[in-house]
Amino acid sequence: MATPLDAEALDADVSDADTPDTGAPDTDAPSADVPSSDVLDAEALEIDPLLDDPTTRIVVCCGSGGVGKTTTAAALGVRAAERGRRTVVLTIDPARRLAQSMGLSELDNTPREVPGIDKAAGGELHAMMLDMKRTFDEIVETHADPDRAKAILENPFYQSLSTGFAGTQEYMAMEKLGQLRAGDEWDLIVVDTPPSRSALDFLDAPKRLGSFLDGKFIKLMMAPARVGGRAGMKVVNLGMAGLSLFTGALNKLLGAGLLRDVQTFVAAMDTMFGGFRTRADATYRLLQAPGTAFLVVAAPERDALREAAYFVERLAADRMPLAGLVLNRVHDSDAAGLSAERAVAAAENLEEGGIVDRRRGKILHRDAPSAGPADPEDGSPASESPGPARSVTTLGGNETTETTERTIPDARSAADRASAPDATGDDEDVAVLAAGLLRLHADRMRLLARERRTRDRFTALHPDVPLAQVAALPGDVHDLDSLRTIGGRLADQHRRASTGTD
Amino acid sequence: MTGKGGTGKTTVAAALALALAHGGRRTLLVEVEGRQGVAQLFETEPLPYEERKIAVSHGNGEVYALAIDAERALLDYLQMFYKLGSAGRALKRLGAIDFATTIAPGLRDVLLTGKACEAVRRRDKQQRPVYDAVVMDAPPTGRIARFLGVNEEVAGLAKVGPVHNQAQAVMRLLKSPETAVHLVTLLEEMPVQETVDGIAELRATGLPATSVVVNMVRPQLPGEEQLLSAQERTDEIARAFARAGLGGARRGGRAERLVAPLLEQGREHAERVELERGLRAELSAQGLPVRELGLLSEGVELAGLYGLARELRGQWLTSGTDGARP
Repeated sequence: MATPLDAEALDADVSDADTPDTGAPDTDAPSADVPSSDVLDAEALEIDPLLDDPTTRIVVCCGSGGVGKTTTAAALGVRAAERGRRTVVLTIDPARRLAQSMGLSELDNTPREVPGIDKAAGGELHAMMLDMKRTFDEIVETHADPDRAKAILENPFYQSLSTGFAGTQEYMAMEKLGQLRAGDEWDLIVVDTPPSRSALDFLDAPKRLGSFLDGKFIKLMMAPARVGGRAGMKVVNLGMAGLSLFTGALNKLLGAGLLRDVQTFVAAMDTMFGGFRTRADATYRLLQAPGTAFLVVAAPERDALREAAYFVERLAADRMPLAGLVLNRVHDSDAAGLSAERAVAAAENLEEGGIVDRRRGKILHRDAPSAGPADPEDGSPASESPGPARSVTTLGGNETTETTERTIPDARSAADRASAPDATGDDEDVAVLAAGLLRLHADRMRLLARERRTRDRFTALHPDVPLAQVAALPGDVHDLDSLRTIGGRLADQHRRASTGTD
Repeated sequence: MTGKGGTGKTTVAAALALALAHGGRRTLLVEVEGRQGVAQLFETEPLPYEERKIAVSHGNGEVYALAIDAERALLDYLQMFYKLGSAGRALKRLGAIDFATTIAPGLRDVLLTGKACEAVRRRDKQQRPVYDAVVMDAPPTGRIARFLGVNEEVAGLAKVGPVHNQAQAVMRLLKSPETAVHLVTLLEEMPVQETVDGIAELRATGLPATSVVVNMVRPQLPGEEQLLSAQERTDEIARAFARAGLGGARRGGRAERLVAPLLEQGREHAERVELERGLRAELSAQGLPVRELGLLSEGVELAGLYGLARELRGQWLTSGTDGARP
């Protein structure tokens, strides 16, 4: 199911490419400079005022997985710091190279200063990775006397709970956020949310913890231990048939040891529960406070935006302050005046000059004798054209993997032409290049149209959500400069908006 | 089927369930994360906690789907072992079930994997397997080894009893040749990194790491190898554009003004191609079969899903046995 390259298949997609086609092929009308037509219905999200506002104390980046949440959080941190704020970025699970770009080589649960930040404006950037077990341990150590803390930390049930069962990461991320905020050491805390199954777990986690701790069952579990009973089997005496059956069942199912561990754990945690619950509630309220700004991060793809819409609704329902939507990896073109349709037509024009039979993905020589399947290694473009050597040498070879049988690369063409002595060789070469550029452009324009449709669907449903679009970088992000570039693109929404409406 | 968020693992899992149902077979597609991604994909109502036919594949196969709910699975479990009946509902009111699935370590994951394994082993009256294959849309790559390995931990915690035995049986099945773990990725740095890490973690825990599926592979453009050599030939390209009817080639002419932006796009594309080449090399260094699925340019809808299933059949099922029993 590759994207069809055949012209027949294009029709559907280019229909809403808003290109004023002048019709006259050879007029030098200025319409070729029609800008990228990002006519935004949505209000532009103003990143710099948000970051500069001294009352903004927390920025939460949330969204589904794989949309660049962590990168956005890091870029915001760099920008805020270089604009003069003492900033800390709390990341949950950064990609290794992104972490390295911020000088985070280890997971030690303490903010570390990020080197290489321009501190001229008086700000600085610190970053930390969440270590959930450590965070959990610290809570236990803070809230229990040493003996009790030791008992909890050594409890096997606690050990599995604290190292990665559902929800723990979310609890601990919010706990850490609460700690950072309570310390009041930072002007601004930028937090990246965990890659949850629902992406909303971090909102629910504190509440769930609260209601869990308030639950009848846990009180019953604690009751026998409280009165000093042995391992809770007195629950049976409470006369609740279901419950006794259940604990009995659990005992048989899990083995008596586990339930005993749980009860010891619950008993030991008893003194901490109040503190736990208060903290969870406080963190939840903190998220609702005016100093907090939520940014929903998405990519211009259907699923990601569907999730984003769900998020926006959920944040509204929970009265969480939404600052706007960050749309990452949006594509743009400086030649948006040339529609996909016309680009393809022109490419075909060049190809049908008798040079390239596109549908078979092969070069056909009208004049030159058939060269047969020449060895592509020798005639790669590197040897015949003086392009930027760095990439040409790596791109010239015909290194298709055995798995990409779907498409037939055209590397052979260069070899064939190189060996063809006729004078038209150069023209053919150029025609192939020009056609390739045009097809690439057509793909870009179709992508643009698709992204725009997806985005417009979202803005139609949520017209009040301010929007910032960030142009796609060709590669992945792993240094401060790329983070700065992204920060710049995030902040610079006017350029796009104004060129669109001119 | 596992994969980093955003790589399309649910889609690939659904396509595999369709592909494996081909030729009159029956497959079960299991969802464990409560996101109702399968229902969205098949454009149906949210799935209940019961096995329900959601699609008919080419060749008259049937795809069933099940969204496993941990609480309900626990009640099933207790029912199975202890015939709890209405006491189960009382427990639910008390919050005991919530307690058990929320806080009891790993119990949730145990229930999810246990339920899937039960479906694998289930047989009809003639002692034939009810499902020819069970495809699980599993948690993301970052959690997969922990998720599948949870039974080991539980077997260690619960040292005796039916749960202990059950956990051990699940681990035996998961580590057996009957289980295949496929990792879905994109040709982007972070998903590839997570895939490499995920494979290492699976191997370290003795779980199978079967193959890598590179999803949403952008189609290769004819001539893309030469794009960089275009950078030096602006005048000629302007003339070619003019020949193709795109305007004037002289300085400031319409065709001429297209050259710079199109070359810039060409350069970006070449950069992308180079990056992807490196990532492919990194993936193939893992020593696992690497399959590629093309990008569905219009996003995934039902027709696209069947197309992916066809693609899987074409390049995967015929090529070996490793995909036959996910």
